[in-house]
Amino acid sequence: MQNKKHFIIIGILILVVSVVTYYGILALNLLPVAAAVQSQPIDWLFDLEFKLISFFFAVIMVPLVYSLIFFRQKEGDDSDGPHVEGHTKLELVWTAIPLIIVIALGIIGAENLKQVLAVDPQAAQVKVVGYQWGWRFEYPEGFTSTKLYLPVDKQVLLKMESLDVIHSFWVPEFRIKQDLVPGQITEYRITPSLIGEYKVRCAEICGNEHAYMESPVVVVSQEDYVAWHDEQLRLAKEAELASAGKPDAGRGQALYVESGCKACHSVDGSKGVGPTWKALYMSSVPLADGTSVTADEAFLAESILNPSAKVVAGYNANAMPSFSYLKEGQVNDIIEYIKSLK
Amino acid sequence: MKSPEVKFSKAIALFLGGQVVGLLLGVLIQTALAGVYNGAYFKDIASWLLGVLLALLGFFYGLIGYYGLVKGLVWQVLGTIAGGLLVSAIRFLMGLEPFDLAKFGFTEGGWVAGALIGAIAFLAGVGALTDWFKWAKGEKTFDHHQDPEGFIKYFGVSLDHKVIGIQYTVTSLFLLMVGGLFALIFRLELSQTGLEILSLQMYNSLMSLHGMVMIVSILVGIAGVINYLVPMLIGAQDMAFPRLNAFSFWIAIPAAILLLSSLALGGFDTGWTGYPPLSVRAPLGMSMFFVGIWVAGWSSILGALNLIVTVLRMRAEGMTAFRMPIFVWAATATSIISLTATQMIGLAFQLVLFQRLLGMPFFDAAKGGNPVLFQHLFWFYSHPVVYVFILPGLGVISELLPVFARKPLFGYKWIAMSSLGIALVGFLVWAHHMFSSGMNEYLRVPFMYSTLLVAVPTGVKFFSWVATLWQGRITRELATPMLFVLGGIVVFLLGGLTGPPNATVSTDLHLTDTYFIVGHFHDTMFGGYIFPFFAALYYWFPKATGKRLNEKLGKLHFWLMTPSFFVLTLFMMRVGLLGMRRRIADYDPALSFDPWHLAMTISAYLIALSVLVFIWNIIKTVKGEQNATGNIWKSRSPEWLVPSPMPPHNYDQPLKVVGEPYDYGLEGSKYIEFVNKEEHE
Repeated sequence: MQNKKHFIIIGILILVVSVVTYYGILALNLLPVAAAVQSQPIDWLFDLEFKLISFFFAVIMVPLVYSLIFFRQKEGDDSDGPHVEGHTKLELVWTAIPLIIVIALGIIGAENLKQVLAVDPQAAQVKVVGYQWGWRFEYPEGFTSTKLYLPVDKQVLLKMESLDVIHSFWVPEFRIKQDLVPGQITEYRITPSLIGEYKVRCAEICGNEHAYMESPVVVVSQEDYVAWHDEQLRLAKEAELASAGKPDAGRGQALYVESGCKACHSVDGSKGVGPTWKALYMSSVPLADGTSVTADEAFLAESILNPSAKVVAGYNANAMPSFSYLKEGQVNDIIEYIKSLK
Repeated sequence: MKSPEVKFSKAIALFLGGQVVGLLLGVLIQTALAGVYNGAYFKDIASWLLGVLLALLGFFYGLIGYYGLVKGLVWQVLGTIAGGLLVSAIRFLMGLEPFDLAKFGFTEGGWVAGALIGAIAFLAGVGALTDWFKWAKGEKTFDHHQDPEGFIKYFGVSLDHKVIGIQYTVTSLFLLMVGGLFALIFRLELSQTGLEILSLQMYNSLMSLHGMVMIVSILVGIAGVINYLVPMLIGAQDMAFPRLNAFSFWIAIPAAILLLSSLALGGFDTGWTGYPPLSVRAPLGMSMFFVGIWVAGWSSILGALNLIVTVLRMRAEGMTAFRMPIFVWAATATSIISLTATQMIGLAFQLVLFQRLLGMPFFDAAKGGNPVLFQHLFWFYSHPVVYVFILPGLGVISELLPVFARKPLFGYKWIAMSSLGIALVGFLVWAHHMFSSGMNEYLRVPFMYSTLLVAVPTGVKFFSWVATLWQGRITRELATPMLFVLGGIVVFLLGGLTGPPNATVSTDLHLTDTYFIVGHFHDTMFGGYIFPFFAALYYWFPKATGKRLNEKLGKLHFWLMTPSFFVLTLFMMRVGLLGMRRRIADYDPALSFDPWHLAMTISAYLIALSVLVFIWNIIKTVKGEQNATGNIWKSRSPEWLVPSPMPPHNYDQPLKVVGEPYDYGLEGSKYIEFVNKEEHE
C-alpha cells in the first residue's frame, strides 16, 4: 500500500519534470537558424530526441532524488532495508521497453536520413576544393571563387576533394557535415532555403590553422545569383585575357593563395612539405635521381602541371597534386610571381 | 637513516637544481648545434622539459637514492641515446646523413629506435626483468613480498598486488594532473576569441596531448583500482602472475615519458586521433606519441590477461560466477575488451609510423593506400576502449550502492550480464564515429542500429541502481564515497542521454566534430570514471592506509567539482549545437560564444581547485593518526572483515563463500566465512 502511494507521487513528478525539462531545453535555443531544406527533418529529429531525453532524465532522476529524501535511515536508526534482491518481470520490462524504443528510433532515424539525402536529378554541380587552409569553389562554367554563392530553393550537388589532408565541410545552418578525403570525391547535397550569409567551417582538424579555415557561403535569390554568375564569368574572361597578354606577379600571388600552393611552399625560405619558392628561379635544383636541373620557366611549368615528372631531392614524390586545371596564362602568372621572389 | 623530512628537503633542492641544470644544458646543446647563441633558447620548451626531466630525476634521487625508478630513468636516457646512435651508425655506413642537426639531433628513425630501446632499458634498469633473467640463468628467485620497509617500496619493483595497485593509482593521479594542467593552459586561451597566450602549434600540441595523457591516466587508474581490489574481493593472495603484473605497471612509465616527450620534440597537430595524412606530415613529436601509445598498449594487454586468469583460477572456495562481488564482473568485462582490442590501435599507429619512417604508403591515396582505413582500425579499438574506461567505474557504483542503501543490489545477474552486454555490443559500433568520413554510405544505417542498442544494457544498470535505492535505508549521513557515487550516476546519465543524437545518422551529421561531442564524452568519462574513481579512493583509502580521509574536505571536493562540471559540459554541448567546432584554437567572434567560454574556463579552474583539495586531504590524512582500522562502512565484503591496513598476505586464513554478497537486511546471513587452517588441513 505504502509503495502504491510512492508510485503515484513519482508518476506525477516524472510527468512534471519531463515537461519542465523539455521546455527548458527549448528555451535555450540550442540550434542555429535552419537555412536549408535538409535542416527541417534533422531539426524534427532533434526535437523528438529532446523529448526522449527529457522523459528518461525524469524517469531516472525523480525516483533517485525521491529515494534520497524519503528512504533514509531515521535518527538513531541503523537498521538495514528490506531484503529485496530483484524482480525478474520488472527487469524484463525495462529491458524490453528501451529495446522497442531504440528499434523504433532506428527506423525513424533511417527514414529521416532518407529525407535528408533526397536527390534532385536537376541539381546543379559545384566542385569544392579544400586545402590547408582554405576553400576554393569551381563552377562548371569555368570560373573559380573563394566564396560559395548558391541560389535559394535549388538543390546543388557539391563534388568535394582535398588537396592534402582530410577536411570537413560544415555550414552549421545547413546542419550536414561531410569530410573531404584525399584521393576520393565525396558528395554533399544541399537545398538552401533561407537567403543570407553563412560560413563554411572546416570541422576536421587539418593542422595548425584549422581554426581559421572558413569561407563565406552566400545564399541569394535566383536573380542575384544570375547577376553574380555573369559578373564572375566576365571577370574570369578578363583575367584570362590579361594573363594571356602579359604575365603578372600580382595575379600570381593571388593564385598562390587561392590555389593552395601556400600550404606547402613558403616564400620566405622556410622549409615546408615542398621546397620554398624564395630564390628558386634559375637556381640549380638537385633531383631525387641524383641529377640536377636549372629551375627555368620550362621546369617550373612542368612542376606545376605534372609534379611527379621530376622529384626534388629530399621531398616525397606524389606529395603534390597536378594543377593542370590552371590556364596557361595563370601558370605564367605564378611563374612570374616566383621570379619576383629574390 | 635520515628522517623523511631531511630527505624531502634534499629532494626539493635537487628538483630545483635539476630544472636549472636541464634548462642550461638545453640552451648549451642548441647553441652548440646552431654554432651561435640566441636568447630565445631560454624560452624554448624543449630545454624547459629537459629541465623537468632532470628535476624529477633529482627529486626522486634525493628521496630514494639510486634505486628503482631513478635507476630506470637513468637507463632510459642512456638507452635512448644508444638507440639513436645505433641508427646514426647504420645511416653512416649506408652513406646517409647520420644526424639531423637542423632539427632535433637524431633523425626521426634514430629517435624512434632510441624510444624503443630506452623503454626496454628502463625496464631492465628498474628491475622488472631481473627475475626472468635469473630464471634464464637457472638461478633461484625469491617469491613474493620481499619488499623493503617503508615508502621506498613504492619506487621499486614489488610483486605485491596492493603495492602495484597503489603505484598505478598514484601514477594515474600524477598523469591526471599533467593532463589537467594542459587543459587549464588551453582553456585559458579559449576564454575569449583571438590568440593571446599560445601559438597555434602549442595549442594543438597541448590539446592533442590532453586527450591522450588523460586516456593513459584512466587506463592506469582502472588498472590501479582493479589490481588493488580484485585479488582481495575474490579472496586470493595475489594476482595469477605477479611478475607480469609488475612488468605491466612499469612499462607504463616509459610509455608516459615518451608520450610527454612529444611536446619537446616538435609537438603535433592532429588531436589524439592522429588521422593520416595529417599525422604523416606532422612534426617528430607525432612519432613519439605513436611509440608512447604503442608501448602503453603492452601494459593494457598484459594487465588484462593477468586479470582474466586471476578471476578464472584464483577465486575462493564456493565463489561461483554469480557470487562474485559485482565489481569483479565489471573488471572481467573490461579486461576482455582490453585484451582483444588494444592491438588494433597499436597496429594502426604502427602502420602510420611505418609510412612516416619507411615510406610504406598504407594511407596514401596517391599510391593505392586509403586514409579511411586508418579510421576503421583506430575506432575499432577507440570506441570499445571507452567501455574499458567506464565499466570498472560502473562496477564501483554497483559495488558501493548496496553498502550505503543498506539493501541488496537489485537484479545482480542483470547488472553482471549488462556489463558483458555492453562489452559485446561495444565491438559492433565503431563506425558511428565515421558517419561523415566518406566511408561506404550504406554502412551508416546498420551502425546506427548497433549504436542505439548500447542504450539497452546501459538502461538496465540505471534502472537497477534506482531500484536498489528505492525503499532502502540510505545512511543518514551521505559519506563522501556515496556522494561521488550519486554524482557519478547523474553525470553518467547526462552522458548516456546525450548519446542517441550522435547515434541517429542525420542528427550526428550536425553534431560530429563539434563541442557537443566534447561535452558528451566528458560527461561519460566523468560519470563513468572520474566520479566513481574518487568514490573508490575515498571508500578504500582506509583499507590501504588504516586512515580515513577527512569528510569535510571530501565534501568540499565534491561540492566544488560537481556544479562546476555541470556548467562546463552543458555549456560545451550548447556551443557545440550552435556551431562551435572541436579542436580549434580560436573561434569566430561573430558567434558570440565569449561569455560561455569564459564560464567554461572558470569552471575548469574550479574543478582543478577541487582536485587540489583532494590532494591536500590525502597529505593531511597520511600525516595524521590511525583512525580507521575496522569495518567503517559496515560492508559485507571480505576485505572489510580483516583489519586495515590490509595484511601483507591479504587473508591469513583461506575464506569460503557461504552466501550471497549483498544480502543486506537478511537476518543472520553471511557472505563469507574464514576456514580455520588446522581444521582445513
